[in-house]
Amino acid sequence: MTTVTEAAPTTGERIAALGRNLISPRGAVFLLLAVLLVAITILNPSFAEPGQFIRFIQRVAPVAIVAIGQYFVIVGGEFDLSMGSVVTAQVVIAGNLIGEDDAKSIPVLLLMLAFGALIGLVNGLIVSFLKVPSFIVTLGMMLALLGGVLYWTGGAATGNPADNFREIGRGGIRDLPVIEILPWSVVVLAAILALAIWFSRRPFGRTIIALGDNATTTGFAGARTWWVKTSTFVISSLSATVAGVLLVGYAGVHPSVGRGYEFIAITAVVLGGVVLGGGRGWVVAAVAGAFALEALFTLLNFAGIPSTWRDAVQGVIIILAVAYAATTFRARRKGHALEAPASHPSPDASQTSPETANQTSPAPGAKESDDPSSARPAAIPSSQRADNETKGGS
Amino acid sequence: MSTIAPAKQRRRRRQLDATFIVGVALVVVIVVGAILVSTVGRNFFSPGNIRDILTGMSVLGFVAIGQTLVILCASLDLSVPYVISLSSLIAADLMQGNPANIPFAVLVTLAVAAVIGLANGLIVTKLKVNGFIATLGTGLIIKGYLDSTYKGTSGNVPWEFQLIGATGLGPIPVSTLLMLATALLAALFLSRTRIGHQMFAVGGSEQVARLSGIRTARPIIVAHVLCSIAAALAGLLLASRLGVGSPTVGTQGGYDLLSIAAVVLGGTLLMGGRGSIWGTIGGVAIFAVMDSVMSVMQVNPFLKDVVRGVVIVAAVAIYTSRNLDRRRPRFGPGGSVAAITDAPTAEKPSITKEGAKR
Repeated sequence: MTTVTEAAPTTGERIAALGRNLISPRGAVFLLLAVLLVAITILNPSFAEPGQFIRFIQRVAPVAIVAIGQYFVIVGGEFDLSMGSVVTAQVVIAGNLIGEDDAKSIPVLLLMLAFGALIGLVNGLIVSFLKVPSFIVTLGMMLALLGGVLYWTGGAATGNPADNFREIGRGGIRDLPVIEILPWSVVVLAAILALAIWFSRRPFGRTIIALGDNATTTGFAGARTWWVKTSTFVISSLSATVAGVLLVGYAGVHPSVGRGYEFIAITAVVLGGVVLGGGRGWVVAAVAGAFALEALFTLLNFAGIPSTWRDAVQGVIIILAVAYAATTFRARRKGHALEAPASHPSPDASQTSPETANQTSPAPGAKESDDPSSARPAAIPSSQRADNETKGGS
Repeated sequence: MSTIAPAKQRRRRRQLDATFIVGVALVVVIVVGAILVSTVGRNFFSPGNIRDILTGMSVLGFVAIGQTLVILCASLDLSVPYVISLSSLIAADLMQGNPANIPFAVLVTLAVAAVIGLANGLIVTKLKVNGFIATLGTGLIIKGYLDSTYKGTSGNVPWEFQLIGATGLGPIPVSTLLMLATALLAALFLSRTRIGHQMFAVGGSEQVARLSGIRTARPIIVAHVLCSIAAALAGLLLASRLGVGSPTVGTQGGYDLLSIAAVVLGGTLLMGGRGSIWGTIGGVAIFAVMDSVMSVMQVNPFLKDVVRGVVIVAAVAIYTSRNLDRRRPRFGPGGSVAAITDAPTAEKPSITKEGAKR
């Protein structure tokens, strides 16, 4: 991060703008990801080979998909703690119901999607109509679902489903020129990411962000808040279902698959600069957060650090990331900001891309993520902490 | 209605209400439990069963007392299970089976917990990190330390210390008495001390608290420190029960989420600013009674989780539905100012009416 800031004044106004965007909380995750990937490549040059790299993306895919689902819930101002249990439940359902029968794959897949949608619907309706804080609702759902799954299976691992079903998670398009194999996971991730980007630009997607920002005004503006809120939970449960389908192939069937995914997803989303409590964030940054987290684990792995320290590093990183975002937002509001209020970042950033071809991957991220904020009047939150405060419920 | 005296009366009644509902719920759970237990031919009120329930309350009770303070300040503490494990290990390692080491070990354990709580509080207040993320992070850091340092149970707790977890006065275990004493202290702290009042103020609205001249950081930091110390007490109690320190004892109990559930079950708002210690104890008691009934009836352990999850959601749903329409009527009952400042969800009709008038 420091290299960019130091380089900025010497190479001119436009790169300075890019630098400011990169070190702004929204762009930071892309910078972090780039730094991590470079560090991994230095430690292990073969990581940069296309074949290896696509394997890395395959490994991240389930986490990234769960993070996309969690993004919509968090940006809408709620939490979903039940995602891990949904993943587990779907994995076990696939294992138990499909068995060795290829013909059952499609019906069971449909059943799983319906089941996922149902879970999300229940969560969302309880949150919307019974006014129970989402933290509690999804916590209860997490306990109930996990308990139910373990009760059903007797707590033991069960058989693997048919190979053609597992192919979604482990197989891919073979015999390609550069990357040898394009795993289906990567295809699914790309499709879902594209869908999510498209969706979050639709009026409905914008309403979700508005709902997270201020539920009351969104209601007065004519949105059916209960339906918007419920749909975020349906989206998150469906994304957990898709992650479950991928994990069946990748990790096999076991009641421990998916455990802890809810916290990993929240971590990834928060790393992506999405503000807990809703109203601020960009879905691509959330996915980048998932990639950064997984890249961090890979880096620790290559660096020979015992896997037990992984959690500790994850803890440090999320505290630092959120503290960085929170203190920077605060500084900006007080007036002595990283981005000077006079020259607003987004027009500057839109001109930077041609000159900085070597840094194209972070650049659009930083640029795009600033758009929503420039589109609406400057946020004047009532308190400094309200900005990243947990809005547990209503 | 318009005079001040009835308003005061109402407020008192409402305050009673919060813990009152929990009390009613507890009684209902006990009655249903007693009936269920009697259907399998056992006595719910036998001394053995009561001792089981009270023992089950003690550990979660400690954690939940601390969690109440933190939630009152509109924060959360997800690091408690790791603090519990860490303190059980530190205590057991330092005691080494020698009774002379007990005071030293307890002091060191509490000091370490206080430092962790201080770190949590400082991260939340000074770095402006949301309590959820801050304590999730510190929890993960402690977990990393535990996983890499300890391979299994460690240390040795002398018999004298184990007695705390094992003895009782009649059917009431000493550990539960200690927990109730802690609860009393915490309740007095909230109702009698300045910083206790400030916790309610900061949790209700940090901005208003700050404008009223409160240093908003201090109550939050104190709440986090006290929460970690309470978790350490739970860890000490678990160490005295097990006889050793264990790196997984906290996570196995799921104390982070269960304690939050107990606090919310006890009528404390997850958004802070409203709640009581005794409600929390009621919530903990409901959990303990449910657990005991299910073990007496030999319910499958996995089904227990299902029941627990459903009960948490159902209880909180009933609680919020009863509470919502009467939340924060600040300027007397039914006043126009109250209608607008009230919770947005509950008051939507009145405001839309206003809009129609315009």
